[in-house]
Amino acid sequence: MQLTEKHKEYWQKNLRVTGILLALWFIVTFVIGYFARDLQSITILGFPFPFYMGAQGSLAIYVAIIWYYAHYMNKLDKEYGVHEGDD
Amino acid sequence: MATQSQSQFFASLKRYYSFYTGGFVAFVIIVAILEQMGVPNKVLGYIFLAATVLLYAGIGVMSRTADVSEYYVAGRRVPALFNGMATGADWMSAASFIGMAGTLYLSGYDGLAFVLGWTGGYCLVALLLAPYLRKFGQFTIPDFLGARYGGNIPRSIGVFAAILCSFTYVIAQIYGVGLITSRFTGLEFGVGVFAGLGGILVCSFLGGMRAVTWTQVAQYIILIVAYMIPVVWLSVKHTGNPVPQIAYGYVLEKVTAREVVLNDPTTPDGAKEAEVRAIFKTRQEATEAKLKALEAGGATYLAEEKAKLETAAATLKATKDADPAAVAAADKAVTDFPADAAAAKAAWTKAAAGAKAKTAPIASHAEPFAGKDQAAIDKKRKNFLALVLCLMVGTAALPHILMRYYTTPSVKEARKSVFWSLFFIFLLYFTAPALAVLAKFDVYTLLVGSSFSELPSWVASWAAVDKTLMSVTDINKDGIVQLAEITIGGDLIVLATPEIAGLPYVITGLVAAGGLAAALSTADGLLLTIANALSHDVYYKMIDPHAPTTRRLAISKGLLLVVAVFAAYVTSLKPGDILFLVGAAFSLAASAFFPALALGVFWKRANKWGAILGMSAGLGTCMYYMYMTYPFFGVNAPLWWDINPISAGIFGMPAGVIGVIVGSLLTTAPNKEIQDLVDHVRYPNLEGDIDTKAA
Repeated sequence: MQLTEKHKEYWQKNLRVTGILLALWFIVTFVIGYFARDLQSITILGFPFPFYMGAQGSLAIYVAIIWYYAHYMNKLDKEYGVHEGDD
Repeated sequence: MATQSQSQFFASLKRYYSFYTGGFVAFVIIVAILEQMGVPNKVLGYIFLAATVLLYAGIGVMSRTADVSEYYVAGRRVPALFNGMATGADWMSAASFIGMAGTLYLSGYDGLAFVLGWTGGYCLVALLLAPYLRKFGQFTIPDFLGARYGGNIPRSIGVFAAILCSFTYVIAQIYGVGLITSRFTGLEFGVGVFAGLGGILVCSFLGGMRAVTWTQVAQYIILIVAYMIPVVWLSVKHTGNPVPQIAYGYVLEKVTAREVVLNDPTTPDGAKEAEVRAIFKTRQEATEAKLKALEAGGATYLAEEKAKLETAAATLKATKDADPAAVAAADKAVTDFPADAAAAKAAWTKAAAGAKAKTAPIASHAEPFAGKDQAAIDKKRKNFLALVLCLMVGTAALPHILMRYYTTPSVKEARKSVFWSLFFIFLLYFTAPALAVLAKFDVYTLLVGSSFSELPSWVASWAAVDKTLMSVTDINKDGIVQLAEITIGGDLIVLATPEIAGLPYVITGLVAAGGLAAALSTADGLLLTIANALSHDVYYKMIDPHAPTTRRLAISKGLLLVVAVFAAYVTSLKPGDILFLVGAAFSLAASAFFPALALGVFWKRANKWGAILGMSAGLGTCMYYMYMTYPFFGVNAPLWWDINPISAGIFGMPAGVIGVIVGSLLTTAPNKEIQDLVDHVRYPNLEGDIDTKAA
């Protein structure tokens, strides 16, 4: 099978959104984790900020990342005509 | 089946599970009424466990099937929402349900590595694997390796790794099943293991993935209800707010303030704590002195010490009006005295370590990586981040989870389904830290400072059940409970929450049923993965590709039985520590599968030899490091960069990635067919596409 320019563009867009979302995932997990002791003085809803992120904030962001990816890609499939039938 | 459209199917599923949830609530109410009528707790425990296991068996029988696609991938028509629930139950094991809040209670911020690792991994599943595996659309993970890399060697390594990590993990689950059944019914541990095994088998044996899927949805509903009710209640008790996740920030502030008071010897409470810690310090030093003397004097010293105890007991007995309790204690000291030098060394080393643990000030719950100096802090931080990464990548590589995304009707549904999976997992995981803090607040403010003569009833009842879960001893004989006098085992937190919150026993039974659902659902998924790897990948794909359907299914079911019984047998020997087994499974999966799977989708140049080299290097490095450093194996080699054996995957993963890259670049690029396969999985729908779908 031969891939068209449009197909390649679809894949590039997929790679870009995957990369951006993975960067966000990395920041809320590892960057905040690495600097946890330095961020201790910030308070949110009574929680120290790193504890809040570890126990709730980062988790909610993970859920949002996956939701956004599904939403974006399902739309992109249609735009580029690579979506499946309506089953 | 074909007569029903996907949307009708979805509507009827929603109806079934609404009825089911209603029925379950009614059942809990009936048991609550029975309790009020005076039915004993033990009977209530039996009713709960028996009713839920029968329910799962019922679903298993109703979902029995002889169709290959139904058996392996539930007919590929599980809607995103329900696949999300099933994945949630498949995912959340006994360790999540019972152990996690306890780990957080005991280790505060540092325990959040498990919360982060076990949720963040789904980002990798969603972005890097699930949609592509769904498009590929066969039955197992080794299937993908076999097709993408060609030949039987990558498939075989995949089968070996899938069995290794699933088996390690399933032992931990069956252990959890045994623990819960034995605790709530009074059966012996070994009997509990096999009773629970029956529950697992009736379900997966008859209907494979199809039965497991619909049972897991049912199990998810039970486990989430069972987890939430007591926490909400506890939150209302302490904050007046029924949403614990919002309310506990301020409770955490109070806990932190309380920690400061208890650690400050100038306050009355702090002074008492310091007094108890000083007593433990003396005990630790005395025991260490005994160890030293034993080293020098050997058996002679041991005999002298025993003689001293015997004389003391005899003198006490000869005294008029001797206190009977004191006499009993003196006799016990004589009978418990270690028989030989080796036993004495083991017992005293343990006692010294136990006392030493009690001499440290209270660790702050919210402080990350607490340590006495920068080196200790850095070491903790490094291990925290390494563990998070291993758990995340392991999540995205465990075959029993990835397999679930083969069951959705389309790529689109697979993407949505990962969202629902994490959403349902998130509900429990962001509640666990709240539970840990609320329970801690209860212990720090209500239990500490209370009088030994009127302990809260839950303390007495759990101390009677199991001393390792709960024990309080009046060390400084002031009649008041100090924090240092309390020993709590992690599993207690979830198990005792209903009683801490002052709820009736029926909720305790519900929690037990929830824990059982968590352990059974995970064990189901894992056993099926192992049996499928053997029957589908080894037998059908490698030994006899022309085998008729009936024989394939018969072999799969037979293997399931053999594997299950073998796993239960290994579990009944009680090997190793549960948390380590679980962690090991993640590190192994992360090292063996992840590099070959992700690069297989994203790097067309990856080829057969790269996969072979990468998977064996990853798996080999990970296993080698565990073998060398985990105390269970007795080698105890020095750690590499202070990384704990549970995070062995941190070395296995890079070895795997480098292996795939080097191996691929040294050999020729994969042929056109394989490259077309990669394009095939990258696009949900292509004109003139090849077809990899299995019937």
